[in-house]
Amino acid sequence: MTTLTTLAYLVASVLFILALRGLSHPETSRRGNLFGMIGMAIAIVATLLRPGMDLGGVALIIAGLVIGGGIGAYVAGRIQMTALPQLVAAFHSLVGMAAVFVAAAAFYSPESFGIGVRGDIKPASLVEMSLGLAIGAITFSGSVIAFLKLDGRMSGAPILFKGQHMLNAALGVLLLVLVIAFVATGSDLLFWMIALLSFALGFLLIIPIGGADMPVVVSMLNSYSGWAAAGIGFTIGNLLLIVTGALVGASGAILSYIMCKGMNRSIINVLLGGFGSDAGGVAAPGGGAADRAPVKAGSPEDAAYIMKNAQKIIVVPGYGMAVAQAQQVVREMADLLKKEGAEVSYAIHPVAGRMPGHMNVLLAEANVPYDEVHELEEINPEFADADVAYVIGANDVTNPAAKTDKSSAIYGMPILDVERAKTVFFVKRGMASGYAGVENELFFRPNTMMLFGDAKKVTQEIVQALQR
Amino acid sequence: MNPNVIAVEAQALADRAQALALQARAMADTVAPVAAAAEPFLLLLTIFLLACFVGYHVVWSVTPALHSPLMGVTNAISSVIVVGAILAAGLAESGVARFFGFLGVMLASVNIFGGFLVTRRMLSMFQSKKKG
Repeated sequence: MTTLTTLAYLVASVLFILALRGLSHPETSRRGNLFGMIGMAIAIVATLLRPGMDLGGVALIIAGLVIGGGIGAYVAGRIQMTALPQLVAAFHSLVGMAAVFVAAAAFYSPESFGIGVRGDIKPASLVEMSLGLAIGAITFSGSVIAFLKLDGRMSGAPILFKGQHMLNAALGVLLLVLVIAFVATGSDLLFWMIALLSFALGFLLIIPIGGADMPVVVSMLNSYSGWAAAGIGFTIGNLLLIVTGALVGASGAILSYIMCKGMNRSIINVLLGGFGSDAGGVAAPGGGAADRAPVKAGSPEDAAYIMKNAQKIIVVPGYGMAVAQAQQVVREMADLLKKEGAEVSYAIHPVAGRMPGHMNVLLAEANVPYDEVHELEEINPEFADADVAYVIGANDVTNPAAKTDKSSAIYGMPILDVERAKTVFFVKRGMASGYAGVENELFFRPNTMMLFGDAKKVTQEIVQALQR
Repeated sequence: MNPNVIAVEAQALADRAQALALQARAMADTVAPVAAAAEPFLLLLTIFLLACFVGYHVVWSVTPALHSPLMGVTNAISSVIVVGAILAAGLAESGVARFFGFLGVMLASVNIFGGFLVTRRMLSMFQSKKKG
């Protein structure tokens, strides 16, 4: 590697760090993203200028860049923001597969990377290669499953079977044995067996994880894609890959941690899966527990009347809002209420949506200014003097049982204190319990009014009533 | 002072220096093979661990509101794996390796362009109240 290439890689690494650093504030974030693009361009050009590149190779590379880049740019321009989580999952799978391909290339042409000759690769490089290969393959198949679940092409329900964890553990041990054998022999067959087994493992690891745990899964796969890049970096002795892989790996790990904390569950508990598999007992409106007071259902007109006279309104959006595509009409409602003199803000739970920060993007898309959108710790004290909490498409994250009921599945989960508001509106299709399968006692409180119906339709009717 | 004495002392010093240099050379010769084997990996590992710390600190400073764009950017930059794929496609002797390199370049490029552009789209939506 020439000094110049190394220097270019160093510059690219610094630019990548600055790209992440820029995300500390929306104002600096756009410049940060630009830094990232420049860093990537420098890395690619510097690699293309390495001595020994022949013309045919360069043509092949440019063809790959143009085809792949065209597809990427097309998809990025077209994707709906509600479909962001599945897009990210799909992208993770590509990084994983690219890692597999690079590992294979290094295996078939070790001379190009200075790690030995075909059939006689240094054992240390074989260890690193098998790590990069296995992590890449697991990232690929795991992300494919996450994509299928998020995109609704596969049921979000956890897939569980007897002896699942035993099987996974056994396959893990088998993978270790294969890696040891591969390092000892360097055989072609073992290389591909490691790849196949890792594909199977990635698949099996993600199928038991349910739909609402996807924020953790997506973050975790994000982390894996980084570790895969770092593993390949070790294999081919490339500093840029190692540094970037470490950055991405750390980022994904932190996001997974934040998501787990947002649900008060350990990562192990999420990975073992099966959470909420018995959820979804649908009851008729008002027909919850027999010993409770019946719920109070209201009409959009009632809600509009109460909100018109409110001073402070907090909107609590959840995944249901995204499903109903109601974010735009929610903003219209907020605009009308602001005209009436009310103060409107938004409360976002860390695990709202299907990926970290998903709700923030959807609200931003609907032109909600980001300074009106607040995180849980920031907004929770505000509920006590709010007149109205408008809960749309969220359920478990507002359930006070998380604070009081030790036997509840969601006990200990940080929740939004909507029950402290003078009036709580719940926009819901019916009385079904949330993802965790826990009934929300808030529905039965005297200060709660249920607005039954589709989130978008109900909000639209409120908007119409407000305009009258 | 007698010039002869100085000359003798200088000679003695020179001899001593030469002996030391020879010793150092001998030491370097014995250490070199060990260092050559251990150093690259240890160096890479050091860099890797330091980068993990940098990542840890930088990512904690990211505002939660921008966690989705963070995933978009990390997704895009993790495709720097394209560097490995380019080397394979451009340098490899074996046709198979070149083909794998080409596939790697293609997949990673989807991610590079897709990741950065979708992040740019997301970020362009984040507006403050003042700007309307």
